[in-house]
Amino acid sequence: MPYYSVLFREPSAADAAWAYPAAEPENFVDLNLDQAIRHAIAPREQYDLAPFFHTPLQTPDDIAYRHEVFRDMETPSLVHDLERFAEAMRRMRTHAEQTAKLRHPLQKQRWFAETAEIYCKACLELLRALMSATLRSRALVGFRDCLDQYLASPRFVSLYGTAQEVLRSLDAITYNMHIDGLTFTVTNFCDEADYSEIIASTFEKFRQGEVKTHGAEFRDYLDMNHIETKVLEFVAELNPAVFERLAEFNVQFEDFQDKAVTRFDREIQFYLAYRDLITRFKAIEREFCYPDISTEKTVRCVNGFDLALGWALLMNDERVVCNDVSLENGERVVVVTGPNQGGKTTFARMFGQLHYLALLGCPVPASSATLYLCDRIFTHFERQEDISNLSGKLQDDLVRIRRILDEATPSSIVIMNEIFTSTTLADAMFLSQHVLERAMALDLIGVWVTFIDEIASEHPRVVSMISTVDPHQPTRRTFKVVRGPAEGMAHALSLAAKYGLTYDRIRERIAS
Amino acid sequence: MKAYLMYKDRDFDAQRPLPLMGQDLLDDLELGGMLEVMSAGDDLVLDIARAALLGAVQSDCDTIIYRQHILNDALQHPQFIRDLYALAISAQEIRKKGYWGLSLRHPSGILHGAVEFIGNIIPLLHQIRTLASKAGVSFQSEGLRRLFVTLEEELSDDYIAQVQQHLKTLKFRHGFVMSAQIGNGNKGRHHVIRTPKPDTRQWIWRVLDQRHPPQRYTLAPRDEAGARALSELGDRGISLVADALAQASEHIMNFFTMLRTELAFYIGCINLHERLATDGLPVCMPVPRVAEERDLSFTGLADLGLILALGGHVIPNDLVANDRELIIITGANQGGKSSFLRSVGIAQLMMQSGMFVTATRFRANLCKGLYTHYKREEDAGMESGKFDEELKRMSQIIDLISSDALVLFNESFAATNEREGSEIARQIVNALLSRRIKILFVSHQFEFSNGLFQLGLPAALFLRAQRQADGSRTFKIIEGEPLQTSYGLDLYRRIFDEEPQPDTAHAS
Repeated sequence: MPYYSVLFREPSAADAAWAYPAAEPENFVDLNLDQAIRHAIAPREQYDLAPFFHTPLQTPDDIAYRHEVFRDMETPSLVHDLERFAEAMRRMRTHAEQTAKLRHPLQKQRWFAETAEIYCKACLELLRALMSATLRSRALVGFRDCLDQYLASPRFVSLYGTAQEVLRSLDAITYNMHIDGLTFTVTNFCDEADYSEIIASTFEKFRQGEVKTHGAEFRDYLDMNHIETKVLEFVAELNPAVFERLAEFNVQFEDFQDKAVTRFDREIQFYLAYRDLITRFKAIEREFCYPDISTEKTVRCVNGFDLALGWALLMNDERVVCNDVSLENGERVVVVTGPNQGGKTTFARMFGQLHYLALLGCPVPASSATLYLCDRIFTHFERQEDISNLSGKLQDDLVRIRRILDEATPSSIVIMNEIFTSTTLADAMFLSQHVLERAMALDLIGVWVTFIDEIASEHPRVVSMISTVDPHQPTRRTFKVVRGPAEGMAHALSLAAKYGLTYDRIRERIAS
Repeated sequence: MKAYLMYKDRDFDAQRPLPLMGQDLLDDLELGGMLEVMSAGDDLVLDIARAALLGAVQSDCDTIIYRQHILNDALQHPQFIRDLYALAISAQEIRKKGYWGLSLRHPSGILHGAVEFIGNIIPLLHQIRTLASKAGVSFQSEGLRRLFVTLEEELSDDYIAQVQQHLKTLKFRHGFVMSAQIGNGNKGRHHVIRTPKPDTRQWIWRVLDQRHPPQRYTLAPRDEAGARALSELGDRGISLVADALAQASEHIMNFFTMLRTELAFYIGCINLHERLATDGLPVCMPVPRVAEERDLSFTGLADLGLILALGGHVIPNDLVANDRELIIITGANQGGKSSFLRSVGIAQLMMQSGMFVTATRFRANLCKGLYTHYKREEDAGMESGKFDEELKRMSQIIDLISSDALVLFNESFAATNEREGSEIARQIVNALLSRRIKILFVSHQFEFSNGLFQLGLPAALFLRAQRQADGSRTFKIIEGEPLQTSYGLDLYRRIFDEEPQPDTAHAS
């Protein structure tokens, strides 16, 4: 299949994603994926990347197509080069926008030539980068060959050559200006001595050290005022041939951008944006990995973490706690119980995020992972705003769960967080049992966070996990969620230990 | 051109923030009284003396000796130093006169101001240059000698004449020529002011050169925007020249500012010295030893804080603590322990800043960082909260401290029961010692001090506030092992039995 898009194996899928931008999936808010993704795409707002993150893939091969690109991009130099290309293209677009706003033709023509030159250089640099990189992905290899052909085409060669020649001859012009009161005179330059150098050397001895430079900041307006215009016109009259060539260039190359290049420019941002996240976390030893995609209901994840919480902590120079999770040998549902604020909800979100990110073809936040290729991820999280009417809330809960169970297929994932909190314990137990039975009947996999311990031992296919506290300091949560029944012991706080003032801790803290 | 009176090779940085625990040092060592005497009402002297003292928590022997020599010269010729200080201050007046009032955004304004400022300040430089020879003063210190040699060399009469010629040219009575190139967006770039060449061609050829006739334009008289634009364009050419002149002005001004700043320290020393001399109290130049060694040896060291507070006679102490890393001071309440600790801290800081100290002999190793951890009486509240606060402060010190620092503990970790407090203090002290940190610890926790004493560490020294057989105090700190009681009973008796006590003027 000839190359078409770096994001989609099928040209039709790429065209669809471009033509009909996907809306945010329903589970995004519950899973905090909106936050997690926002951190990646916000710095790249102009590329409108959200729709790509709202479009999960369907087949293992679609996912592999992106994994290949991510693997190629593990080389930092390639990422650096791609960012440079993106930066050059942004500069080119800004330049073009500003060109349109200028008034004086002599200036406008020059700006147009500059825009074309930025574009050409960006393309050439990109090809050089792709040629020197070791590429294995179908997508990047395909694009490289496509770009190679384009840059060898007569149209591109002549565009770049002419732009360079015109700009070079303009920059070679030097002129003199004599200013005396309200009169100025422009003449050709005659190699007079630099008076500022003479002054500089006279006052040199007074300039050593750390004196600040006054280097008057000149506000460089893009536009010219009528004095600058007059000077430019004088210079054009002194150098007529050069300015004629400039005018011709504008007519000859009116519409110079290539479609394959501009499409690549936006699509590659998907990878760059996500890689930024990976890099930030790598710096604090939080790994990402390429998940194995299982079509059987096996899940195995080591050191997974919640991307949204991880980011929030990262911003405070803190590290998110990692957790393991697995569903093996017919296990289907993880039931999480334990102390409040102990990381239960985070754990549930993590499970959902891992699977969603896997469907995007992205590396996932875990040091290793086998994840299930699901068709949809359903979430049911407590909605605080409905608390005004308790019976209404319970009813609302049940309606939503009913809808989920109706829509879910045996290939779906369901994540429930603290449901039935608004009713009596007996009710909650009864309802929970029934919902669980229905889920089991559908053979769904998922995570269920609950305060009802009994659910955890309800079914052979249920795995019980608990959030834990530090055995030495029961007031401190570890945010570790582990397999097993709840336990915890109260230990007296050691104040000195809290402040890191034990013998060993002090020795650690003071470098020898 | 540099003053360099605080460091051999760099300016004194008066803007540097105080060390992180600097406020604690000021409070715990009660440096306020001393700074007040030094400043004698001059705020600059106050600021600089404080910065120099607290900044001296990091110092080196060369710098200390360098300052001690200058200080010796200053104490020999106090009036000359004060005259020089007054001249440095008068430079500020010239600065206020114009240059700085003009808009600094426009090179033509900057240039105009700088030309004027340099024209006015040159005579003052000349005056300082000749001050030393006129007064017939000859200095011994490297710092002051070099200052006057530099001025002689840099400001020859020839050079001054040359500067004045340029200042005249830079008034641009017939406009100026600058070159430029075409750049991005076809706007001008690289504007450079030029020295016009005398045109060697016949004028007739110039007129006949029709291919490149000069292009001339005169603004309409009411074209104000145009006038502004043209002057801005000219500014691009002038910019470099203006910058050179402005930097020169700045540099000369910096020279005067640094001269004033650095002299302020010596003015402060002179003030304090004069005050101590009127009381007839001995001072000496201390002998610093490198930070890696361990030494603290003195005779007749008196607590400067107490001297200034009581305005008179204070019992001095002697000590020989060569190769000692840990000094534990125990003993009677109000026996002079705190005063002793403070006198060591102040002398250490004064030595490290290059000052004299209030002793007849003083020798100590430098410390890389001086920290105080004092019990805070004023922190009312729950005992546990207070203990918590002590540990928090200790933890802050641990964050900052490194080897060869000195920590002064005064009754630390006593805000809990003795067993716990002793254990925590023991762990902290041992850990600090293992990282080569020197410690002076005033404590009346017997379990703590005796525990350390029983270890028989060769690098530990145990001192005790002296107490006569009759229970009266001499305010002398002498060598001696910790005793089971801190004589709290004495205090109790004195207050409740109301027996007459000797010399109640001494506070701990």
